[in-house]
Amino acid sequence: MIRQRYQSIIIQSICSLLIPFIQLFAIYVILHGHYGPGGGFQGGVLLAVSVLLQRLYLGKEVAYQKFPPKLALALGAVGMLIFGLAGIVPMAFGGSFLDYAYLPLPGVSGAELRYLGILIVELGIGLAVFGTLVLIFDNFIGGRW
Amino acid sequence: MVVLAIVLVVGGAFFLTVSAIGLLRLPDFYARVHAVGKSETLGTILVLSGLAVYNGWELSTVKVLFIMIFVLIANPTATHAISRAALRSGLAPWTRKKRPENKDRKGTEAE
Repeated sequence: MIRQRYQSIIIQSICSLLIPFIQLFAIYVILHGHYGPGGGFQGGVLLAVSVLLQRLYLGKEVAYQKFPPKLALALGAVGMLIFGLAGIVPMAFGGSFLDYAYLPLPGVSGAELRYLGILIVELGIGLAVFGTLVLIFDNFIGGRW
Repeated sequence: MVVLAIVLVVGGAFFLTVSAIGLLRLPDFYARVHAVGKSETLGTILVLSGLAVYNGWELSTVKVLFIMIFVLIANPTATHAISRAALRSGLAPWTRKKRPENKDRKGTEAE
């Protein structure tokens, strides 16, 4: 724990206690999106919220070392790329856009293939939303990164 | 079981009403934060425990218990953070005698 001047011990300890549980719940929401409420967008927002909470209580300098904004940019781009590939690759194999049944994954077919396709798309959406929200926050508080 | 659930939910609704009235009627920022931080936490926990009792013992009840623990930890911490930030940024607490900045504001309004 990093002690700074005028920093409240309550806020620091409670935030560092809560952040891992928020991230765990975010991953649960992303991976459980087929069965229940939730999905990629909500899970990505929760992941972004955990990083933003860290930025709020640690301050800009320390938090940028722990999670640099360029990493957020890269993760958002990778998520968008995953979503785009999961949409376009079935078009190359004879289906329509986001038609998971035509994904060229070896060993799975039918309903299982559709299930995996939904999971891939949810992961992509989650990463894209995560990176984009962290970037929006960083642009709001300003500064160069 | 149902009677206990009804009692818990009604009690939670009472505390939530009290905190809403306090939010509207109390004089300044610190008093309002105090009203929200304490009684709303208690009201939320009472309503959720009423739902847990009504639901019986299954998976949803465990989720409700997790939400209760989260509210119990997070709500007072958020209140503490907000009121501490207000105090450090120089908001003076309310007192009965009028502050000089209040007089100034009235003077500018009269002009």
